[in-house]
Amino acid sequence: MYELFKNLGTWLTSGANWSGSDGIAHRLAEHLQYSLLATLIAAAIGLPLGLLIGHTGKGAFVAINLASFGRALPTVGLVVLVFLAGGLSMLPVYVALVALAVPAIVTNTYAGMTAVDPEVRDAARGQGMRGHQVLFQVELPLALPLIMTGLRLALIQVVATATIAAYVSFGGLGRYVFDGLAQRDLVQVLGGAVLVAVVAVALDLLLSGLQRFLFRHRTA
Amino acid sequence: MIQFDAVHKRFPNGTTAVHDLTLRMPEGGVTVLVGSSGCGKTTTLRMINRMVEPTSGTIRVGGKDVTRQDAAELRRSIGYVIQQAGLFPHRTVLDNIATVPLLLGHGRRRARAKAAELLETVGLTAEAGKRYPHQLSGGQQQRVGVARALAADPPVLLMDEPFGAVDPVVRTQLQDELLRLQKELSKTIVFVTHDVDEAVRLGDQIAIFRTGGHLVQCASPAELLARPADDFVADFLGAERGLKLLSLKTLAGVPQGPAPEGEAWTLVLDAADKPLHWASKDGAEIPVRPLKDGDSLLAALDESIASPTGLVARVDAAGRLTGVTSRDDIHRHAGQAHSEARVAA
Repeated sequence: MYELFKNLGTWLTSGANWSGSDGIAHRLAEHLQYSLLATLIAAAIGLPLGLLIGHTGKGAFVAINLASFGRALPTVGLVVLVFLAGGLSMLPVYVALVALAVPAIVTNTYAGMTAVDPEVRDAARGQGMRGHQVLFQVELPLALPLIMTGLRLALIQVVATATIAAYVSFGGLGRYVFDGLAQRDLVQVLGGAVLVAVVAVALDLLLSGLQRFLFRHRTA
Repeated sequence: MIQFDAVHKRFPNGTTAVHDLTLRMPEGGVTVLVGSSGCGKTTTLRMINRMVEPTSGTIRVGGKDVTRQDAAELRRSIGYVIQQAGLFPHRTVLDNIATVPLLLGHGRRRARAKAAELLETVGLTAEAGKRYPHQLSGGQQQRVGVARALAADPPVLLMDEPFGAVDPVVRTQLQDELLRLQKELSKTIVFVTHDVDEAVRLGDQIAIFRTGGHLVQCASPAELLARPADDFVADFLGAERGLKLLSLKTLAGVPQGPAPEGEAWTLVLDAADKPLHWASKDGAEIPVRPLKDGDSLLAALDESIASPTGLVARVDAAGRLTGVTSRDDIHRHAGQAHSEARVAA
């Protein structure tokens, strides 16, 4: 066991492992690129949907059921399915990652919208705001903390799951996991897993710190 | 002026909130809508700025049918204050007040300048403008709510239980402030409350509603107290109707005489002729509450009971003693106030 951790330390700190097109730095960049792009696409779908449901109050069951749907979704299965249907490309990976991220974004956006005090919404209408003004000047800013929580959760889930890109022969930190498994190189598997975990935790801390800074004037 | 003609409101669930309401709310006056919860008073108020649409009948503000106007534009032209203030928690106090001017397309600078001016009007410091609503007390939040409603200088102000959520002391302060503001601004105010004392204090006319949205009586406070239309109104106004009527009459015109000297109790004054307390020959002291001409007969009656001599100390605007009034004189004027109200009604 001790030996394993010692070797892991050597693996992670060796300069040779960090450089080059299959080095850690490059894999990390790939991993972040997949994750950010997938989360961005998911936000482009999930945000308007969550805002629409929250603003109109119609289709709330979609928002609520999407959460359990997201939890039940077999990500690897989805990748294989799209891969079989569409052939080898990054598309299956993005479809799977986006499908994973959308529920967290929609449900949190919706939750943020429903948490807006009805008195405040009423006051906004009563002051003479039109529907879109209520949405963009009052509801959206007030829902923003929860919306950002949704984006953060989605991104972290995606980062943790983006290893599947390597499963269909693409890059990212999953490369080490799948290559290591194929080569029975446990140190490499563990190294890849540790890197994914560190990136996820680091992003979580960074984003929650940003949230605290941005919403420092808010109560609860 | 706001005119309701045969207005009816039935909600989709079948309950009638307002039943065949015809009511005139005069320009520059305060109309108070009172009644227990579920009597349709808030619905009546909210139909004026189309937060609720009437089922039938017409509502005109300044002669124009409200349902023929764009709802958002109508609301910008009518001040609206609600319970708990309903301030925007993510905007500073100043930006909250600037809401309607900004919606009307006034520039940000002009809107903020107007907001800063209003901050002062409602008795808040410029420093409060930079804070966020949750950093203010309940009473201060209500002041901001009033300032926000006044920001575009609307001729009509709708106030839906605006002081319902603050403690009694702050409540009285806010009522005083509103009366002072109203003296300056002469807005057409519609005010909803379930508190009879608040209605009597603030209203030029009071409209009493009964469950089911029926208007029972609409009259001046004095008329209402002296001649309630039926048992429902009498019950609603409460057992101390006579005393409430006295709260409407002032001490002005009630005769006063010189303060007693060399008797069992004497009134002790300071160097500036301001009453300090009553002192007895054997050294006991009883506090005095001096009253001005503008104070109510009710306050005078109260003080005459508390005073060891039955005399009420009267002072001028600067607080200097002008004389004393006896319990008998106060009683006589109280009785006169009642018979006058009955005759006038």
